[in-house]
Amino acid sequence: MDRRSKSILANVEWKVVIAFLFLVFVGWLNIYAAVYDGEHSSILDMSCRYGKQMIWIVAAFVIALFVLIIDPKFFSQTSYLIYVVCLIMLMIVLVMGSVTKGAKSWLGIGEFGIQPSEFAKMATALALAKVLSAINVDMSQWKTKLIAIGVVVLPMGLVLLQNDTGSALVFCSFVFVLFREGLSSLVLIFGAVAILLFVLALLINPYILVGAIAVIGLIAYFILHRRNSSAKFIYFLAGIAICSVIVLGVDFAYNEVLESHQRERIEVLLGKKQDFKGAGYNVNQSKIAIGSGGFLGKGFLQGTQTKFNFVPEQDTDFIFCTVGEEWGFLGSIILIFVYVWLCVKLIKMAERQRSNFARIYGYSIAGIIFFHFFVNMGMTIGLLPVIGIPLPFLSYGGSSLWAFTCMLFIFIRQDAARGELV
Amino acid sequence: MAIFIAIGVVYAIRLLYIQVIDDTYAELADRNALRYVTQYPSRGLIYDRNGKLLVYNEVVYDLMVIPRQVKDLDTDRFCSLVKITKEDFVKKMEKAKKYSMYAPSFFEKQISKEDFASLQEKIYMFQGFYAQKRTIRSYPDSIAATVLGYIGEVSEARIEKEPYYKRGDYIGMSGLERSYEKELRGVKGSKVTLVDVHNREKGSFQDGQYDVPAIAGKNLYSTIDIELQKYAEKLMRNKRGSIVAIEPSTGEVLCFVSAPSYDPNLLAGRERGNNYKKLADDIAKPLFNRALMAEYPPGSIFKVAQALVALDMGVISSGAGFPCDKGLVGCHNHPAAGSVRDGIKMSCNPYFYRVFQKEVQQVNPKTGKIDSKYGLGIWTAAMKRMGFGVPMDIDLPSVRKGHIPDTNFYNHWYPSGWNFHTIYSNSIGQGEVLVVPIQMANFAALVANRGWYITPHLVKGYGDDKHRKIYTKYLQKHYSLIASSWWNIAVEGMWAVVHEGGGTGHRADVPGLEVCGKTGTAENIGADHSVFISFAPKINPKIAVSVYVENARGGGGTWAAPIAGLIIEKYVKGKVERTDVEKMYMEAAPCQSLPLVRVSKPIKKGTVAAQTSESSSSQQSQSSSSQAAGTTSE
Repeated sequence: MDRRSKSILANVEWKVVIAFLFLVFVGWLNIYAAVYDGEHSSILDMSCRYGKQMIWIVAAFVIALFVLIIDPKFFSQTSYLIYVVCLIMLMIVLVMGSVTKGAKSWLGIGEFGIQPSEFAKMATALALAKVLSAINVDMSQWKTKLIAIGVVVLPMGLVLLQNDTGSALVFCSFVFVLFREGLSSLVLIFGAVAILLFVLALLINPYILVGAIAVIGLIAYFILHRRNSSAKFIYFLAGIAICSVIVLGVDFAYNEVLESHQRERIEVLLGKKQDFKGAGYNVNQSKIAIGSGGFLGKGFLQGTQTKFNFVPEQDTDFIFCTVGEEWGFLGSIILIFVYVWLCVKLIKMAERQRSNFARIYGYSIAGIIFFHFFVNMGMTIGLLPVIGIPLPFLSYGGSSLWAFTCMLFIFIRQDAARGELV
Repeated sequence: MAIFIAIGVVYAIRLLYIQVIDDTYAELADRNALRYVTQYPSRGLIYDRNGKLLVYNEVVYDLMVIPRQVKDLDTDRFCSLVKITKEDFVKKMEKAKKYSMYAPSFFEKQISKEDFASLQEKIYMFQGFYAQKRTIRSYPDSIAATVLGYIGEVSEARIEKEPYYKRGDYIGMSGLERSYEKELRGVKGSKVTLVDVHNREKGSFQDGQYDVPAIAGKNLYSTIDIELQKYAEKLMRNKRGSIVAIEPSTGEVLCFVSAPSYDPNLLAGRERGNNYKKLADDIAKPLFNRALMAEYPPGSIFKVAQALVALDMGVISSGAGFPCDKGLVGCHNHPAAGSVRDGIKMSCNPYFYRVFQKEVQQVNPKTGKIDSKYGLGIWTAAMKRMGFGVPMDIDLPSVRKGHIPDTNFYNHWYPSGWNFHTIYSNSIGQGEVLVVPIQMANFAALVANRGWYITPHLVKGYGDDKHRKIYTKYLQKHYSLIASSWWNIAVEGMWAVVHEGGGTGHRADVPGLEVCGKTGTAENIGADHSVFISFAPKINPKIAVSVYVENARGGGGTWAAPIAGLIIEKYVKGKVERTDVEKMYMEAAPCQSLPLVRVSKPIKKGTVAAQTSESSSSQQSQSSSSQAAGTTSE
């Protein structure tokens, strides 16, 4: 036992742990600044959010330590169990969860509540890794693809039913893993084209867009046809038809399926609508907070936007405002650097794993963390629509912090054991 | 991995743009969180000529409420402390809540220091309520309302013209408050404070580094003698009219009364709106500043001016005698006047008919033609040099200019032609001549000074004690250009009015003082106005006074003269020894009651319907219209 734990410590990727500690510390500091209102009280004051977060952080350290001590095989062996437990929790939430900000995602236990959807991401990553790491798995088989997608879509659907669109979208990040594990790159290209078409469909009259696609498609066909006769006309026609269906489908979905507040958020983002009091209020105030930070920032506890509560949700989803305002451009790019470095490091670590399970799991969590970073920060600086998901390790909230800690340290533990025989 | 780095770079570029390159966000953040709170300077105080306080700032308290913070309120107790009913409480709370749950709003305005004392000790018990200090104008002696004026909230139109003012600011609306607004108001300062999203104050910005302190307003040192003013107001208590007293050597106004007056405190406190309405609706028009704005026919006091102009023109000599020919114009019974001095003393109407005829219908030595237009032209100019018919540059707003008719005026009215016989009513101060009381007081000072005056003014200086300033226009002498020897004749005539048998103004006599004066009985729509101008002593005069008692049912000698005498006695001697006389005139209420009923008199040939353009605002100027000249005058 003693010898083993020493080897674990020796093999732990300390740089990642330091990045984790850094992010958690920055998170607490900025939660303190966001809640701070000039009246000092103890940093452990449980009635304040920074006091609570301190408790969550200490608990997270305990969880991290616990995960490091456990045998790494435990997670791969119990991954289905964890997955199933999470699915059951998600279903329980649907029945008896409490509603916060329109989403029914909280499971109350006494005075505190937990958010099963936060843990579901980790459980899905484990389950997906388990499925894809099984012997004789071939991603080119439709059956495998369907099982893999099923593992992801099941919890995603349940989260969507909770009306928590943001968390549900996070499951899209598993596309990265599937891509790594042999999913055709066409899927990614198709996805990118679909997103482009989606945005264009909202900006331009759909019928004009369909016409433009047809013209571009035909011109492309004739150019290619002259050079290389192998391009078949029927494929181009099919492509044009599919694009047109997407465009018209988006138009329909946008007007008929999306709810009005979601439409408003998207319209504000695309600049079709100026609304600084309603749907655009958050983003506008958030941009003001970050933009007013300047190069060096206003200094710790000096942010007026932050201190005087101009930005709603500034200790949770909009925590980056506080960083941007009080620590400026310098602080912001340091934070971006740490996130990007962390995600890149996780990918690199994943690549050095001998076990497929660990590699796939590593890819999954790198994708999840990056997706959170990408969507959350994009939202606060006005590049993406408002989608309520937390910034990993920084945002206030026990469930989110614990889930991310657990998720990260499982991988660190797997990585530390990479030298052991599988 | 490449995607991760690419997105990281995109975000970094975006941040570089909004944080470093584009600085509109910084501005927007300031606009969110910084509030510029105006610091109001204290308004300057006003003192009387001897340094006694006329106007000061009194501290009152506004009770403020922040509805969201109101918790566990003992409503009964609160209501009894604030002295309001429960229904009022509910109404006021509703109003405050409607305005804002977070921002403070007025709950009860201007609670006096006395009322606040009991509340102050207990206010801590009522969460969400707090008191805010402010000042209102206060008047210890409740006098001189029309001189001091009042302040009120600035109008939108004024704000547009002068952006210094902001909505809700107070500004001088009338009197000295208005004409010395710039000196009194001081300079506003500002304080930069931080506010949160609910508009709650969160302390000062950068330790007050950008705060600008307010500069207090300058004090005014008025020319008013508080004792004389009080005395004059007492004398006019049951009457309508005005008293203006001037120190001839300086042009300083010693007392300035328009009766009926009102307590200036009425227009300063909480009840200002209601009180203003009451005063505005009063038929006796207490808000109408008679001493400045009432345009009366001068009546016989104008004869002194006529005599001076005629002597200076050289159309009569000092020994000129005219018979009292009642066929020309009515008169009372008196011996024929054999000199200018006697004409003034006995106030003979036919005498001044002849004097005015000589002035107007003079033989022009240059053209040899008898020319009314030529004569009237010289006459008009001479009258204007004595301060008649031109607006006086006094330091009070809304002064009227009276009226001295000129040739254009008559050409307009009588396109088919006119001559002396058309306009003779002016000879005895009726007809088209109109004066305001301040002009008559100034004329008395002009005679007292024997030929010059300093524009009457109500402020001796402003600023602090050591660096008092005064407008230079109140140091300049204005000369009438009438030769000094003629003034002595006028002074002698006015002396005789009070002191000699047959004089019309002996009731103005003050034992031991050489009072000079002239009576007037101004005909108008109702009963005659009783008018008197005077100065004293004859040598080295200390005070010049004009007194108007409206519709007094008596001549100038009956009411105005004794009142002028009492004013002179009070000022020159310091106290009035003739207590019985004082009592009698203080208690007297001679004025015909309002509304006035038009006295029907036959309209004689040669009467002009006086101009009506200026008459709408005052009943007094209406009085000038239509009345025939040529009836009795003392």
